Amino acid sequence: MSLGGIVSLLLIAAGAFAAALIVFRARALEPPTRQVGLAAAAALTVAVLLVVAEVAGMRVLTGDAGGDTPLLPLADWVDRAVDWLVTEYGDALRENISNPIVFAIGFFERFLYQGIAWPAMAIAFALFAYHASRKWTLAAFVAGAFVLIWALQLWKPTMQTLSLISVSILVTALVGLPLGIAMGLSNRFRTVLMPVLDFMQTMPSFVYLIPVVMLFGLGTFSGVLATAVYAAPPLIRLTDLGLRLVDKEVMEAATAFGASRSQKLWRVQLPLALPNVMAGVNQSIMMALAMVVIASMIGVRGLGQEVFYGLQRQEPGTGFTAGLCIVLLAIVLDRITQAYGRRMQTHYRAGAH
Amino acid sequence: MATDTPPKIELKSVTKIFGEHPQRVLPMVAAGASKEAVLEETGHTVGLRDVTLSIPAGQTFVVMGLSGSGKSTLIRHLNRLIDPTAGQVLVDGEDVMALDEKALIAFRRSRMSMVFQRFGLFPHRTVLENISFGLDLQVSGRAGREACRQKAREWITTVGLDGYEDAYPSALSGGMQQRVGLARALAMDADILLMDEAFSALDPLIRRDMQDQLIELQSRLRKTIVFITHDLDEALRLGDRIAILKDGEIVQVGSGEEILTAPATRYVADFVEDVNRSRVLTAGTVQLDCAVVTASEAPADALARAGNGELQVTYVVDANGKLLGAVTGSTMRRAIRENTASMESLIEPVQTATADMVLEEVLPLTLQGDLPVAVVDGQGRVQGMLSRRSIIAALAETAGVAKSDQ
Repeated sequence: MSLGGIVSLLLIAAGAFAAALIVFRARALEPPTRQVGLAAAAALTVAVLLVVAEVAGMRVLTGDAGGDTPLLPLADWVDRAVDWLVTEYGDALRENISNPIVFAIGFFERFLYQGIAWPAMAIAFALFAYHASRKWTLAAFVAGAFVLIWALQLWKPTMQTLSLISVSILVTALVGLPLGIAMGLSNRFRTVLMPVLDFMQTMPSFVYLIPVVMLFGLGTFSGVLATAVYAAPPLIRLTDLGLRLVDKEVMEAATAFGASRSQKLWRVQLPLALPNVMAGVNQSIMMALAMVVIASMIGVRGLGQEVFYGLQRQEPGTGFTAGLCIVLLAIVLDRITQAYGRRMQTHYRAGAH
Repeated sequence: MATDTPPKIELKSVTKIFGEHPQRVLPMVAAGASKEAVLEETGHTVGLRDVTLSIPAGQTFVVMGLSGSGKSTLIRHLNRLIDPTAGQVLVDGEDVMALDEKALIAFRRSRMSMVFQRFGLFPHRTVLENISFGLDLQVSGRAGREACRQKAREWITTVGLDGYEDAYPSALSGGMQQRVGLARALAMDADILLMDEAFSALDPLIRRDMQDQLIELQSRLRKTIVFITHDLDEALRLGDRIAILKDGEIVQVGSGEEILTAPATRYVADFVEDVNRSRVLTAGTVQLDCAVVTASEAPADALARAGNGELQVTYVVDANGKLLGAVTGSTMRRAIRENTASMESLIEPVQTATADMVLEEVLPLTLQGDLPVAVVDGQGRVQGMLSRRSIIAALAETAGVAKSDQ
């Protein structure tokens, strides 16, 4: 064992000792002697394990950082886990989940660009915008945006993207709302889910595509799944936040008047959290739109594919017009959902603490 | 106030410690370690320490203390918004701590309701929906809800909010919001009403209005009200009995007058120092002994018994003890010189007050004549007298003369 190994061993032991001390310090209640004892025990265990590993030839401390075989074969484990999933469940998943949903999405997609004439669609969205905001200017802007998309001859891919986003957000809501509610109600669940959400949001979105494609193949369903996973965290977080922001005295009042847990949730917490939930939906839609181009790499049709073509064929114009349509779609969806969120809190805005 | 009826609410040695491991800190608190020492050593906060209280039915019981004294913690133990670390809470002799989740919900729905400092109204519900909230929880279906709304409408009228049924709380002023809070609590029809600093967030004038309204309602409803406040004037105005809380401990329990005239500790004495005593002290407490003669006695006999008080005033009563008026020493001496046989021609009229009148009401009477005001009972019999000087002496007496200083 090299000198460097010994030094690092000592450093590790000291670090473990300090960490243990800090942990016990924070709890403040253990008698000091027991604190020190436990901390020392923890440090010792770590040190002994490291020495045993070193002696056993695993070269944990003195190993070469740039070696061919990783000391921790995590990549291998992940490969094997996904392989196992694919061989065991791949066919069943494709047949029972993926295929019916792909069929439904296809139907929805065709309905959007074939079943409805484009002016009808534009008018429907304009009315939607007016209903949400009670402003003619927004309605006019929405109608204008749709006319522009049509004039750019990108109506079909836009509708395909709209359908992908709608279905993804539906999946996100079905999974995200219950998770967000559970997180808002239980501190323990929150502690568990918080790092998972951090992980989901920081992990580059490309990474999701690999196992999803292996399981479900190229195409729309994988796109929906990857988009839904990517878009879920803001909805979960904002639902949790909305529940927790409900005034403490209001919650106390509900309890004091004899509301059961479910009555509190449905009659007080959720209605008051709704503006925040709506903000979560808005954020999730924006996240989903950001995923459009990435999803096109696994064969999802729509505006993302147009951008991708533009890149492959070196046609900046194609890329720009498709990108412009994504931007227009984003603004339209953003303004409409935001306006709905605002309308939900007009009643009690002035009274909110 | 020892009565034969059992107390409505009883707290027995209730201790509350906030923190991660309250049970471990309990022995230290029980041993009498100070709040600061406990916080310093363990990071735990002592909310209440060994609080024992019994609250009689049908009265307004005020818990008074400054912020941080634990009064809001105390009231939240009564409906178990907070669970005690040790001790018992009994309502009608029933141990509230023994209730399971379901029984606790039923208990909260039927036995006590609560009014909050910042109103605690549901911002997404209209005034009517707010008031019927507690009732709505107990029914299902449209018909049931309609019945609740009907009941809620009656309370809207009672608190004077007609016409605001469909307004949202944010559209109302503070005073109106708290009327909604009060109506919401009263609509539950529970016989215990918990009021946590219910009027503290209101402007002084509106606060006074609300106090008047509460006093008026209470004279009709006779509920058991537990009222939390940091305002001594409010406590004295509303409370049949008052408990003073300091650092989570009860320092004194008594009627307003008891607390004012016999503060138990220096802390209470400092507290009551600035109080407007004329609104609390009654004629009965401040009155002086006085001489009384019957009208048939001779002036010389009367003078002999007149004592040597201010002006040597003597009250004259008839054969039944009913007050006729008063004579002064100088009048009697003149009568003796002039050999007047009977007192009757000497009597001058005097103002009268009853023993339960507060000094604020008696003071104007003393200005209507030079003779001291006679304190009489329901039959007109003389109990004592109140001169201007004795009233001013009582008002000027500072709380610094606490009888049992620490």
